[in-house]
Amino acid sequence: MSKLKSNFEPRIVGFLCKWCAYTGADLAGTSRIKYPPNVNPIRVMCSGRVDPVLVIKALASGADGVLIAGCHPGDCHYTNGNVKTIRRFRVLQKMLDQFGIERDRVRLEWVSASEGEKYARVVESMTENLRTLGPLNWNGKKEVSS
Amino acid sequence: MSNPKAAIYWASSCGGCEIAMLELGMNLIDISKKVDIVFWPAALDFKYSDVEAMPDKSIDVSFFNGAIQTSENEHMAKLLREKSKILIAFGACAYGGGIPALANTTGREQIFTRVYKETPTTDNPDGIIPQAKSQVKEGELTIPEFYNTVRTLNQTVDVDYYVPGCPPVGEQVLAVMNTVVSGKLPPKGSVIGASDKSLCDECKRVKGERKIKKIMRTYQVLPDTEKCLLDQGVICMGPATRGGCGAQCLDANMPCRGCYGPVPGVLDQGAKMLSALASNFDSENEEEIQKIAEGVVDPIGTFYRYGLARSLLRRAKA
Repeated sequence: MSKLKSNFEPRIVGFLCKWCAYTGADLAGTSRIKYPPNVNPIRVMCSGRVDPVLVIKALASGADGVLIAGCHPGDCHYTNGNVKTIRRFRVLQKMLDQFGIERDRVRLEWVSASEGEKYARVVESMTENLRTLGPLNWNGKKEVSS
Repeated sequence: MSNPKAAIYWASSCGGCEIAMLELGMNLIDISKKVDIVFWPAALDFKYSDVEAMPDKSIDVSFFNGAIQTSENEHMAKLLREKSKILIAFGACAYGGGIPALANTTGREQIFTRVYKETPTTDNPDGIIPQAKSQVKEGELTIPEFYNTVRTLNQTVDVDYYVPGCPPVGEQVLAVMNTVVSGKLPPKGSVIGASDKSLCDECKRVKGERKIKKIMRTYQVLPDTEKCLLDQGVICMGPATRGGCGAQCLDANMPCRGCYGPVPGVLDQGAKMLSALASNFDSENEEEIQKIAEGVVDPIGTFYRYGLARSLLRRAKA
C-alpha cells in the first residue's frame, strides 16, 4: 500500500496483570526473545481491574490498539477476576463494533507467568495486524511517531 | 432595582424542556414577577434580531436547551453567550447531546438518505435533499447547514452551569430558578438541580445479588415492582447515572435510561455502565457469557442514550 502505511508504527497500550501477563512479559525480556517494541505496558493488579473506561480512554487519547492480558481462566490470583474481564470484554467488543473500531484493535489474551514466548507472539501478531489496519487517530489525536 | 433578565432558547431539541418549564405551574407566575423574560421563542414573540440588538452581557441568565446540530443552533449559542452573563446548559441535549446525539452513530449523508429517500412514508421521486444554498428564479435561498457531528453546548461555547435531565424534573427546575433568582450560585461549571449520588441511592427498590442470567428488554417482561430491575435482567442505568429526579421511571416500573448523565467523577457514563452490568453476568463459561452478552442488543443506544456527544469517543468512526 502507500509508503505512509508501511512506515507506520502502531502504538499499543497494554494492560498486563501483575501475577501472570506482566511476569510473562518480564520472562520474554529476560529470555531475550525478540518482539516489536510497540506495546506501552501498564501493570495492573488483575485483568479484572481493567474497566472498559480505560480501554476507551486509551483509544480516545490516541492509542491505535489496546491489549488486555491476564491469567488463564481458572488461574486468577483473585479466583475469578479474569472471568469478569471476559464478561465485560464480550459486551465491549459488541459496542466497539458499533463505534466502527475493528476487533483487531482491542484484544484479550491469556498469558501465564511462564509464557514469555506466547507474550512475544501475541505482541508480534497484534503489531502486524495494526500495521495493516493503519492509525486509528481518534478525535484527530495524532499518534506521536517513535 | 429592576428584575433580572432571562432568556430561554431551544436548539436541536424536542420541546420537552419547554414543557418542563411549564411544569412549574402556578410557580411560573411567581417567577415571572421576579424575572423579566426577554427572549423565549416557544412562548413569546421575540425575533433573533431583537437579541442581536441587545447590548453584550445584558441578559442576566440564559437557559439553553437542545444540542448543536445545525449552523443555526451554533449561531444562537454564540449569540446568547455574547449577550448573557450566565449561560446554563438546560436539559440532557445541551448537557450531553441527548437523543439528537445518537445521530453520531452515523453521519449526515446516511441520515439524509434515510429521512428523505428511504422512509416508507416519504414521497420524493426527484430525490431532493436539503441544501444549505439553493437557486430559485427569485434569487438564492438559504437554510441552516446540517452538521455531520452533533455537539453539546459546552463543546461550542463556554458554559457556566449544567442542569441535566430529559427533561429536568419540575421540582428541580423550580430549585434552579430559585437559586438563580437568589443570586447565590455555586462555582462555575457545577451541575445544578441534581444530586451528587447515583440514582440507586434514591431508588426504593430492594437490591439483591445482581446475578444476571439473561438480559430482558422491557417489552419481554413485566418486572416485579419491589425488586431491583438489574436483578430481574432489565438494563437499568441507575448505577452509572446521577440522581436527583426522584427515580420517577422506576416508580412507573420502567428502567432508568440515564438522562441525568454520569455520576460525579465518572469519565464515561456508557463504559461505566457496561462495566457494572457485564460484571454481574451469572456465568463462568465463555459460551454462556457470550450468549448473555448478545442480549445487549444496542450497546451505544443503551449505554449512551443521552450522552454520546460528551462521551470519550463522541461518535462512531465516519
